[in-house]
Amino acid sequence: MGNHRKNLLSKSLTYFLLLAGTVVVLLPFWYMLITSMKPQAYIFELPPRLWPSEVSLINYQKALQTDQFGLYFMNSLFVAVLTTASTLFVSSLMAYAFARLKFRGKEVLFYFLLSGMMVPPVMLIIPQFIVAKFLDLPDKFLGLILVYITMNLSMQTFLLRGYFEGLPKEVEEAALVDGASRWLIFWKIVLPLSRPGLAVVTIFTFLFAWEEFPWANVAIKETTKRTLPIAIALFQSQHLTEWGQVFAASIMGIIPVVIVFAVFQKYFIRGISTSGLKG
Amino acid sequence: MITIKNKTNQSVQAALFLLPGFILFLTFIVGPMIYSFRISFFDWNIIFPEKSTWVGFANYLEAIRDPIFRKAVLNNAVYTLVTVPGQMIFGLLVALLLNQQIRGKAAFRVIFYLPVITSWVIVSLLFEYMFSGQAGLINYLLRDVLHIIDQNILWLADPVLAFIPIHLLGIWKGVGWTAVIFLAGLQAIPIQLFEAALVDGANRLQQFRYITLPMIRQTTIYLVVVLTAGALNAYISNLLLTNGGDPLDQTHFILTLMYEETFGNLEFGYGSAISYLLTIIVFIISVIQIRLLRNQEQV
Repeated sequence: MGNHRKNLLSKSLTYFLLLAGTVVVLLPFWYMLITSMKPQAYIFELPPRLWPSEVSLINYQKALQTDQFGLYFMNSLFVAVLTTASTLFVSSLMAYAFARLKFRGKEVLFYFLLSGMMVPPVMLIIPQFIVAKFLDLPDKFLGLILVYITMNLSMQTFLLRGYFEGLPKEVEEAALVDGASRWLIFWKIVLPLSRPGLAVVTIFTFLFAWEEFPWANVAIKETTKRTLPIAIALFQSQHLTEWGQVFAASIMGIIPVVIVFAVFQKYFIRGISTSGLKG
Repeated sequence: MITIKNKTNQSVQAALFLLPGFILFLTFIVGPMIYSFRISFFDWNIIFPEKSTWVGFANYLEAIRDPIFRKAVLNNAVYTLVTVPGQMIFGLLVALLLNQQIRGKAAFRVIFYLPVITSWVIVSLLFEYMFSGQAGLINYLLRDVLHIIDQNILWLADPVLAFIPIHLLGIWKGVGWTAVIFLAGLQAIPIQLFEAALVDGANRLQQFRYITLPMIRQTTIYLVVVLTAGALNAYISNLLLTNGGDPLDQTHFILTLMYEETFGNLEFGYGSAISYLLTIIVFIISVIQIRLLRNQEQV
């Protein structure tokens, strides 16, 4: 009886704390959503309302029609999708070599690659900018994509190598005996078996490319090539009070992220707990 | 014979598998790092690099003597000391709460993760709006609802108060990730340990102290190191909330200063020196943290 009551109390406390946390997390998002639907006249209303007195989609309309956020959205999508696909390909190739092939200097090369994770990304911006200028990449999506792939390589190769090593070897060995090439084994056996691992790479890389700001801010100066994060930040710095439009564009920026996360959530949590954190 | 041939064959194959990745890695990470190291010893001329003059350690010395750089280091240090424990305490709390038989676990997980997956640009602007001095939500809550203050505070115009939204944002955005990592650590603890403790009559606090904490030590070390490096590299929130250093270059982080010197004042050499100093700081602190936390384990 006493135990039962104690349990009930602890359960209530758990839910209370979780709900309090939920409010702290969601309130700002709610406020952003509401603000994005307020006409300009209500942006600095007092008291600030958490429930709109008048719902309007004018900010979304303006953001899409006069301020080209549709274009920036498509730019971001293009960059993020290509970055993700290329990172998947390049890092799984490397991970396969590190997981299954025998060659000289494997360990050294692997740790050399991992050292890339130690480098703070922003410190690379200056020299990357100079390299990009040298390769004539500024103001090109390719300049964003190549740098994004590279910045993800070490981490994603590390994750995938761990995943590939966990796969049963028997199928691959049988295929080798049957004379299948390494490429065929990689493409037809290893990759299809690794969907959960590849899902983790997909979600991390997509989120990274979708939200990356420092490099895009340096590399892209041409208005029509802006990605969503720099477009939103620049719009806000030029239209200091037009928060409705800023947040309308922000909501549009959040939607794909939430979709990707919702679709891959299961893989994501599993990915972190199985491969992300072993050492 | 066959094995030798097989091995050379495998090396060739390995080279092919590794080539695309390593070309990118060398071009966009290793090369730039070396180049940037070189630049940091020059008064670099970005338009005519061949006209750059060698200045030795002058850029580094200039940074170390510069009061604005020192202030930026201090700002980063305080930010780290506030947000790393903040994220870890709340992250562990959320993980402990979610590591029980409760309803809606998946939903809570998604909710707490929402700030993590939202871009820094968006959440920084959101906090700027909420902390706006004019009719911001926070001022309203503090003044008209809680009656803690009697005048609106101009958060972002004050060199000290500006860090309150920046710190809160750092914690608010990071708790979800910290919680997921802690949760993975908690779920790896064998349940038998708790059962045995229960038989021995240990209460919840004792279980937490003598089972949970020691068992998630690896996770904790990992989090301390990664979160600290992240906090020292904080950049976007400060850039957007204070324009980097406003007011009067008092609120810089190391990286916003680096950015301003490099792309604002075109001091590429000085900027490179600052980024190398930051890398050195991060590296040294990580090594110290790993040593300290590992050693404690052995005692």
